[in-house]
Formats: sequence, C-alpha cells, structure tokens
Amino acid sequence: MSATATRSAGPVSLPSHETYLKGLTPVLTATDVSIDYLVDPPVHAVKNVSLTLHRGEILGLAGESGCGKSTLAYGLNRLLKPPADLASGAVTFHDESGTDIDVLGLSGESLRVFRWDKISMVFQGAMNSLNPVISVKRQLLDVFTTHRPGMPRKQMLAEARELLRMVGVDPNRLDSFAHELSGGMRQRVMIAMALALRPQVMIMDEPTTALDVVVQRGILREIMRLREQFGFAVVFITHDLPLLLEISDRIAVMLQGEIVELNTAADLYERPQHEYTRRLLASFPSLTGDRGAFIRTGETEGVA
Amino acid sequence: MAEHETTGEDVREAHLVTAAATTVDAADVVVDGLPPDLPDAVGDGSLAAAVTGEPATAERPRSRRRDLMPSWSPKLVVGLVITTVIVLFAIIVPFFTLDPNSTDYDGLLKPGEQGHLLGTSAIGNDIWAQLAHGARGSLLIGVTVGVIALALSVVFGIFAGYLGGWADETLSLITNIMLVIPALPLTIVLAAYSSSRSMWLVAGVLGLTAWTGSAIVLRTQARSLRARDYVLAARVAGEKSGRVIAVEILPNLLPLVAAQFLFGVIFAILGEAGLSYLGLGPTDAVTWGTMLYQAQQGSALTLGAWWWFVPPGLLIALLGCGLSLVNFAIDEIINPKLRNVPKATRRVRKARKHEKHAAATTEEAGA
Amino acid sequence: MKYYGRRVAFYAITLWAAVSLNFFIPRMLPGDPAQILIGKLARNGDVTPAVEQNVKLILGGSDEPLWNQYWAYLNNIVHGDLGISVSKYPEPVWDLIKDALPWTLCLVGAATIIAFAIGIVGGAWIGWKRGSAWDHVIPFTALLQSVPYFWLAILLVYFLGMKLGLAPISWGWDVQTYDHPEWSWASIVDVFQHAVLPALTIVLSAVGGWLVGMRNMMVSTLAEDYIVTAEAKGLRPRRVLWVYAVRNAALPSFAGFAVALAFVVSGSLVMEQVFSYPGIGKLMITAVSNADYALMQGVFLLTTVAVLVVNFLMDLIYGYIDPRTRHHG
Repeated sequence: MSATATRSAGPVSLPSHETYLKGLTPVLTATDVSIDYLVDPPVHAVKNVSLTLHRGEILGLAGESGCGKSTLAYGLNRLLKPPADLASGAVTFHDESGTDIDVLGLSGESLRVFRWDKISMVFQGAMNSLNPVISVKRQLLDVFTTHRPGMPRKQMLAEARELLRMVGVDPNRLDSFAHELSGGMRQRVMIAMALALRPQVMIMDEPTTALDVVVQRGILREIMRLREQFGFAVVFITHDLPLLLEISDRIAVMLQGEIVELNTAADLYERPQHEYTRRLLASFPSLTGDRGAFIRTGETEGVA
Repeated sequence: MAEHETTGEDVREAHLVTAAATTVDAADVVVDGLPPDLPDAVGDGSLAAAVTGEPATAERPRSRRRDLMPSWSPKLVVGLVITTVIVLFAIIVPFFTLDPNSTDYDGLLKPGEQGHLLGTSAIGNDIWAQLAHGARGSLLIGVTVGVIALALSVVFGIFAGYLGGWADETLSLITNIMLVIPALPLTIVLAAYSSSRSMWLVAGVLGLTAWTGSAIVLRTQARSLRARDYVLAARVAGEKSGRVIAVEILPNLLPLVAAQFLFGVIFAILGEAGLSYLGLGPTDAVTWGTMLYQAQQGSALTLGAWWWFVPPGLLIALLGCGLSLVNFAIDEIINPKLRNVPKATRRVRKARKHEKHAAATTEEAGA
Repeated sequence: MKYYGRRVAFYAITLWAAVSLNFFIPRMLPGDPAQILIGKLARNGDVTPAVEQNVKLILGGSDEPLWNQYWAYLNNIVHGDLGISVSKYPEPVWDLIKDALPWTLCLVGAATIIAFAIGIVGGAWIGWKRGSAWDHVIPFTALLQSVPYFWLAILLVYFLGMKLGLAPISWGWDVQTYDHPEWSWASIVDVFQHAVLPALTIVLSAVGGWLVGMRNMMVSTLAEDYIVTAEAKGLRPRRVLWVYAVRNAALPSFAGFAVALAFVVSGSLVMEQVFSYPGIGKLMITAVSNADYALMQGVFLLTTVAVLVVNFLMDLIYGYIDPRTRHHG
C-alpha cells in the first residue's frame, strides 16, 4: 500500500517519506485514477494518479488552478458531473471495521449510504453550498433523517445544536437561512454538517479561499482542533502552498493532472525535489523570507 | 425574477471570460472548483507551461467566445427554415394568386375543385389567395407591433434601468401599471370604440399592450450592466447617457433584445388573430385572423369546411413555432448551461456505453 | 411593512389608472359612442331622461364639464354602480357579471391549476433527466404554445366534439334538459362534461410554457453548488430532486403562476366565444358585438381588479415561499 506504487513515473518522493509512512494505516487508496473531460477535444484532467490517505493524517493537495486537484477530489467521492468522466482506476476505502469498500463499484443506494457517512466534504468557501430557501436546521437534520433513521427527533436536534457549538456558531442560528449568515459562518455550518456523522475522511476543497484572513485563521484552527478530537483524515485542497505547509502532514503537488511530488510537509519545504515544486514555493514571497508570514493571505482581498 | 438574474449573470460572466482570457494570468485565478460546464476551467496553466516547456495552448479547448456565437443547433435551423419559408410565402405568393376579396367563384368548393388549390369559402373567396394575402397582413401587423413594442420596451426598460432615480421610478410605475392591466380586454375595449379599423390602428393598439414584459426583463439587465466597470468608465469619462446605452449597453443585450422582439411578433400575430376572431380585427386587410372570423361567421364548422378554418390557424401555429425555436436557440446562447449540461450528460453516457461494449467484447474474446 | 405600504399604494394607483382609462378612452376616440348607444336604446323603446343621463355619464357627450363628469363617474364606481346593460336591458351590469363570474372562475381556474401542475412536475422530471430522450419533448411544446388557443378550441370542437361526439361542444350545461344547473348528480355530471373541451383547450395551450420554463430552471438549478452538496450528503435522489432542486427551480414559476391566476378572469375570452361558454369572456363579447359599453367597461374593470387582488395576495404569500424576500422587502 505504498503511495508510490504507480505504473508510470509517479511522484518524486524522498526516502524519509517511506519512513514516515511506516506504522500508518491507510484509509483511502486511489490507484491509477484517470479522469477526462469529454469536451471537444477531450481533456485529460487527471492522469493515472495514485495516492494513499492514512488514518488521521492531513494530506495537502497543492497546485495551481486547473491542475486537476479538485477534479481528483470530486472523483474520490464519486461526485463528478458531466462532462467529467472517471475513465479508469480504482478507489478503495478501508473501513474501521476492517472491510474494504470498492468506491467505484458502488452505485445507487450503496453509494448513497456510503457518502457523508464515510467521506464527507467541505466545499469552496465561495460556493453556495447551503440551499438558500431551506433553513440550516432542516439541511442539518436531513443528514440524520437520511443516515440515522432510527434516531429520535429530539436527539437529532440536540446533536445539531451541539455540532454548531463545536464549530463556534451560536446554536440559536439553527433556524436561520443562508442569506442571514456571514460567509465565515456559512462555512462553519458546512463544517458542522460534514462532521455530523463522524466520518473517517473529510475532503476539504479550498474551504477558506474566499474568506478574509481573520475568519480564515479561525476556521483553520477549528478544523485542526476537531481533527485532534475526532481523528478523521483530511484531504485538504488549496492553491495556497504556505497554508498547506503549516497544517499538513504530507503534501502532494499536482501539475497538469499528475502528482509530481509527494513528501512530508517539512521535506517539501526544506528539500523540494521537483522543479515545479521549487517554482511554486518561489512564487510565494513570504516563504522566501522577503516579507512577513502574514502578507500572503492578503491575496484573498477582492474575492469575497 | 431569479430567471432574469441568471441570464444576467451569464451575460456578465461571458463578458468577464473574454476579458479574463487576455488580462488575467491563470495562476492568479483563485477559484478552482469542479469545472461545472466550461471546459476552459481546466485552464492553460501558464506557470506549468513555463516549467515543462509545453505550449500552454496545446490542451486548451475551444474558447468561450466561440460558444457565444450562434451555434447551428437543430432548433435554430428548423426555426429559421420555417420562418423563412413563411416569410417568403407572404412576400412572393400574393403576386400570383387570385383576388382574395373576389367572391366570383362557387361557394364551398373542396380543395382542388375548379382549380382552387385550397377550395373556396362559403361566399366564394379563394382560400389559397386569402391565405397568401393573410400571411402578408398578419406578418406586417406582427413586425409593426414588434417594432413598436421594442421601441417602448427600450425606453421603459433600458432607459429606466440605466438612468435610475426618479426617471426609473416613474417609468417603472407606468410599466407596472400597464403590466397588471389585462392586455386582451384593454385591446378589445380600445378596438371596440372605433368603428372602422385600419391595419395600422390594430397594430398600434396591440403595440401599446405588448411591450411591458420585455421592458421588465430589459430593465433588470440594464440595471446590472449599469454597475459594470466598463460602463462606469464610460460614464466617468463623461459620455452622454444615450451614447453609453447605444454603445455599451445595447450590444450586450442584443441576444435578449432580439428574443424580446420575436416574442413581440408572436404575441402580435396571436393577438391579432384573437381580436379578429371576435370581429375586432382590421377592416381594410385580409389577415389569418380575419379568415378565421369569416370562417366562424360562415359556420365553417357545421358545414365541415375544414379547408377554410384549418390552414390559417396552422400557419399561425407554424410561424409561432418557428419563431419560438429561434428563441430557444437564443436562450441557449444567453444561458449556456441549458445547452452544455445536457450535451455533456449525453457525451458521458455515450462513453460509458462504449466502455461497457468494449468490456463485453473483450470478455467474449477471453471466453 | 414599508414594503406592503408601497405595494398597496401601487395597487391603488393602478386601479385609479384603469378606472380613468375606462372614462377617457370613449371620450378621446373619434365618434360619439353615447349617441350610438342612445340611438340603439331608442329602437328598443323609450329612453327616459334618467337613462340618457346615465349613458352620457358613462360614455361622455354630456354638457357638464369634463371634470364634473369624471367625479360623478368615480362616485358611481365607488358605490358599486357600474351602470345598466343595454344588450340585456334593464339588467344592472353588476348582476350580469355576478352570474357569469363563477363559470369562468371554476373552469379557467381549475384548468390553469391543472396545466401548472402538469407543467411543473413534467418540467422538473425532464430537467432532472437532462440529456435524455425526454429533451426532445421541448421543441414540440413550442408548437403547442404557438397554436392560437381559440383555433385549438375550434379543432377540438370539430374533431373531438362533432366528428367523434366525445363531449358537448357548446354552453356550460345542457340547456334542453335544465333551465339552470341544479344540485343533482345528473346535472353536475352534465356541467362537468360541458367543461371538458374548454378545459382541455386551456391545459393544452398553457402546459408547454410551464414545462419549458420549469425544465430550464431545473437545468440551471441542478448545476448549483447546493445540489452537489446535497448529493455528497448521501441524500436520497428523490429528496434531492423534490426538496433541494424543485423548490428552488419552481420559485420563478410560482411568480408566473400568480400572474396566470390573476389573468384567469380575462385569460380565455376568445375560448369562451368558441364554446359559447356562459362566462365573463362571453359576456364581454356580447357587450362588444352589441355596443353595450357599460357592460364592456364593467367587465374590463372587473378583470383589472381581479389581477390586482391576486397580485396582492401573492405579495403576501411569496414571503413564505422564498425566505429571501422577507428581508429584502
């Protein structure tokens, strides 16, 4: 179950990466995953990518816009929409119970039951992940009524309130609608929702990108704390390499649909192996010591 | 309203994309979501290209700009063909027919009898001649109303939306009043008071009631365009309002304006037919509506003279259908989601099928 | 609250505009409708000075200054006096409207609701199955929408009614058996049978618009982020469809539905002519063909009031359908 087991060249990894992996148990393995966009002409967005996520770790997925990192993440959870098409490969989820689940083999009801219960997602901060005309409460409770049909309604409500409290949102906000919440609060609600079923894996796709610096910090701290508490593994996707260096255990660098380098965060920062990783690092002035560590976050301005 | 805002977003989005293609470096684009419907979200990766030395455009799919051009979808082609054929029919055929008002022929001849292609009416009009001249009359009224309604909706919609403030309040109030006053009864009342009605009077009456919906749609768009950078820039530069509207706003709304014009034409032809059927149509011209009126007056139904009442209605329906199909095509240009999403779904389904097929054949080969 | 204040003010202004149009149109147009009318009345019998005065009040031609006429006219309207019908002399206009209104309300109202329901459910389904063979239904609705609905009615009368004898083709009930519809089973069935073809006409001509509108909104909505989220949450597809997608996609259609309901009274004038259905439309046509201007104005006013009332109700309800409007108001 090595992450480097690929047909093609595969990512550059240091020996220390192998050492790091010893003793870790995989929770999600992707093997030779290829994803195409069936446009004219077809675009190969993800090319034979293999990647292993281990229990409780934060795996960063870095790369510039359009490198296929989001596409890969959506593919792991079978959320690709046409024209995207998962052409080949295998994705296996290694459940706590010891059984292995072939994610690509799931369909219909089995896929539905799998989603959110095993792998939940937090989408881009800028996205309208909350339905604007349904209350937060209803959207939260929906998770329980669908996945935990036996749970008494009272307990569901208590859980929902507790979840909001955990992510630092006033439980009385339960009756609110999306337009009544700030961007940061909406994202916290989404994290609470992702947490609801205590999944083993959480995929976070640019969860803080569109938020301002202070809010971003707060949410990241919350994520780290919750991960400590519940021990779920995280795939964290962002173009913001410095942020990844700070929070990830390992980082995979993607370039044009391929993972070119996969190393521990410390190695990647200190001893970048691939030419592209070095370029990427150099493109963030704060990392080269030119300016203070906080400057880079200023780039979010004008997005929110 | 949300509907209009959606199209507004897309008009804007389309504009931004063309701008982005020239000025914004791909690496600066912050958002990297699942590319929903545009292939260029896969990006050209200029930074990546710098590293690998590959030309950035090697994998770059067709640009969005081309997607904005009318694509020759079957809807558009069928719509244009139907419309063109009927328009040509209205222009050319009347020169070669008998006199549509002549009653010299035998009454109620069946189609083909005594050389009457579509037979004759109860009082001996040649139906084919009436149909051709009626096409002319109906189309003339339709286009006239379309132009009147367009002019009014531009004034009450685009000017109101662009100018804002008191001008907007006043113009919008008038629009909204006209919108809730039921159009058909109003046209009936207007038409009923005048004992002789020229074609132009009927067109004028219909035009007065046909513009409100378009005005509302255009106003919403003009309002959102008003806040765009390039419009603001033009205003700051001291351009006159009329010029900004003509140069910056109208071109952006062109597909929408065209769609509204076509709606106006459809509305007018249907409206004219309705008015005429009630005996309130033009008294100086033959239209498809007056044909239906005469058919009703002459008891075409009880006489079973289907060749009298079927053709005019059928042509109205065909023309309306042709124009609607063109409008559907315009809709898909304004809102690319409508076209791209179903298309993408079909593509993926096809690919799946191929794969299954391939798998089945290899299995067979293996066995 | 300020929002509702504005709306009420708007409806008041619109009502005033409609009433004033009623007053000024006959006075502005060439010809003298009042004289025509009095001439017509005289043919039917004596015209008392009171009636003549009444006619001139409605249509102009009185010696009084315009301003006084206008006030007297407004005063009559406010007191519910819409004048006397000429074609059904001496029935008050209001009584005629009262008799005709239920026919139109029931028939057109029910048909509008049926068309809306079919259109929304069908449109939601076609949108949900986007890219499937169902998409090919869409262009055909263009044809349905473009058919002049009274012509469609004529075809139904001719083929279903006359050729196949499937349903009665005129009037609201069987006038040879009953003087008036009764509260008996047979009579009620009879009324329903008479409503079949008119209702079918309305449903056929209206359903296409709802279908296309809903399908297009559905396609847009299904590409929204919250739909992806709902799917990622592992919700049942049926739930994603009906709770997360359809509700949002149907919002614009609901606004359209309000408009359609508002136009129920005036919406099918011509259809009622084809079927000689004893509703508001038939009344209007009778008024037009008999130069019964008081009746015509009365019907026009009623149709406007109907639109205003339904719009106002919708304003009140919409806040509950779309929570966003509650705050922007």
